[in-house]
Amino acid sequence: MKKLNQFLVLAMTVLLFSCDKQQDSSQELVSKEESKTVQPISTEVKMITIPGGMYRPFYTSDSDIVKVEPFEIDERQVTNAEYLAFVKANPQWQKSRVKNTIYSDSTYLRDWPSDLELPPNADPEAPVTFVSWFAAKAFAESVGKRLPTLDEWEFIAMADQEVANAREKKSYSDDIIDLYVQKDRQFKKVKQSPPNYWGVYNMFDLVWEWTDDFNSILTTGDSRAGQYDDKGLFCAAGGATSASDLLNYAAFMRFSMRTTIKANYTISNLGFRCAKDAPTQ
Amino acid sequence: MKTKQIILTAASMMLLGLVSCKTNSEGGGSGSKPGAAVDMVAEGEPVVAEVTGAPHVPKPIGDRGPKKLIVNLVTTEIEGIIADSIPYTFWTFNNTVPGSFIRIREGDEVTLNLKNDATSILPHNIDLHAVTGPGGGAEASTAAPGKEASFTFKAINPGLFVYHCAAPPVPQHIGNGMYGLILVEPAGGLKPVDREYYIMQGDFYTKASKIKPGLLEFDNDKAVAEHPDYVLFNGKKGSMLGANMLEAKVGETVRLFVGNGGPNLTSSFHVIGEIFDNVYIEGGSAVSHNIQTTMIPAGGATIVEFKCDVPGEYVLVDHSLSRAFNKGAIGKLKVTGDANEKVFKHVKK
Repeated sequence: MKKLNQFLVLAMTVLLFSCDKQQDSSQELVSKEESKTVQPISTEVKMITIPGGMYRPFYTSDSDIVKVEPFEIDERQVTNAEYLAFVKANPQWQKSRVKNTIYSDSTYLRDWPSDLELPPNADPEAPVTFVSWFAAKAFAESVGKRLPTLDEWEFIAMADQEVANAREKKSYSDDIIDLYVQKDRQFKKVKQSPPNYWGVYNMFDLVWEWTDDFNSILTTGDSRAGQYDDKGLFCAAGGATSASDLLNYAAFMRFSMRTTIKANYTISNLGFRCAKDAPTQ
Repeated sequence: MKTKQIILTAASMMLLGLVSCKTNSEGGGSGSKPGAAVDMVAEGEPVVAEVTGAPHVPKPIGDRGPKKLIVNLVTTEIEGIIADSIPYTFWTFNNTVPGSFIRIREGDEVTLNLKNDATSILPHNIDLHAVTGPGGGAEASTAAPGKEASFTFKAINPGLFVYHCAAPPVPQHIGNGMYGLILVEPAGGLKPVDREYYIMQGDFYTKASKIKPGLLEFDNDKAVAEHPDYVLFNGKKGSMLGANMLEAKVGETVRLFVGNGGPNLTSSFHVIGEIFDNVYIEGGSAVSHNIQTTMIPAGGATIVEFKCDVPGEYVLVDHSLSRAFNKGAIGKLKVTGDANEKVFKHVKK
């Protein structure tokens, strides 16, 4: 019996140790690549200061109000031209070096003919797409920013053109869905449609956007599962059975997209914009 | 004493086995004992299954044994004609509404590969009602635009089953046409007939696109109110009218595989001027006879069989008739051949 106990303790120690070790080495790998090698570039995008406030995430009950701290957000997505400047300064993020690595699947910058050439038909002022979460994060670092959190993004997304929180308006979700079902929107220039209440452009009409913690929502690809789980940010998981506004089809679509993607995915209609903390007064 | 008991038990088990076998063969394609398919061995290397667009169905399984099959489906978002040259944005499996007909047998082991086309805006997946497992495969098959997902399943219940996309918002994915049928034939196959056709009903909720003039798109409000503009067979008004009528000859037996994608309405399926000799109730193993109209739930299916005795044009309807005559749930089967005055005669005065 004593022997068995000893063995168990030993086994657990080994397990713990090996877990730690694995985590350490993978973190090392990521941080090396990200911090030591990203060269700064500068872009001319205006940032909007968002004062923050209280916000009720989509997949929660009324009691789970989240406080969003003040932050700044790019008024539009990162463009093809800006991404080209980024890969010029950061060869390690060029197509030939990133495609099919742990940082990206096989379609990274899919339509770029070469490492430093935009796709022939691409508008330099259209949002960059076919970029992974890793790539988006590296870009943000190169401009001294970060990706917005999911809560920050959704906080801004509550606004229509008139008010900061338009969720209760029927037209709010309807109008977004009208945009969402249109194909090939990602090829259009940024800032060609009116900004929202905050002065932020293109929240819905061009591309899906990466957020820093895009995969923290606990709904599954099967929207009817309604399962509860204990990992991640929120206590409620699942789809139709736990979402707070059941008629907000636009939010369902966004969350469906986010739960389906992985950090190395690159997709034809998935781009990003950058954010940063608001300066402390 | 103990030995005797064992022998007795064994003997009675064998007897039971024999009896149930007999019942099965009498049932004419009602399948093996429930659960028996779990232990059937699928032979050979995996082969790609033949799939077809409506109104066609793949070849019957006949008397083949369980196999390993690969089913490839692609999800797409495309413009198509819904009625009278009016375009609508359909979401599909394999570019058709309904999606491809899949035909397998009980005991088959299926690898289902779902590829979401790179031009899709949204993630898609598949929930096959023929699958025993979480979500019918929905979560395992969820694919982002341009991505592919797979799962394998063993078909353990024979019957005619609906499959559909279950990505949120589900009513919109189904309302745009993301459904189809999968037939799991019992061991030995369904009894051969002369003609087989694939029909699927769906309700469509439309509004004019604000962005593309002339294009119709899904209307969420009408869907929630369950107030469709169109109720259609095979995703298009007139899909089985005029040059597209189904065909059969006098004396032939016809089998219709009829599904209902919904998302909301229940179908009262009826063929005007025919009586169904056999109805596989709700697509399962119980067969009823001499049926005029059969109910097909949303997300359900049925198999109907009848013999064509008299020539003429037979009208297929949802017998909730405003749907047929005002919203499009109407099709025709044209039966050609010699008159059969013993059965029907028009008395002219």
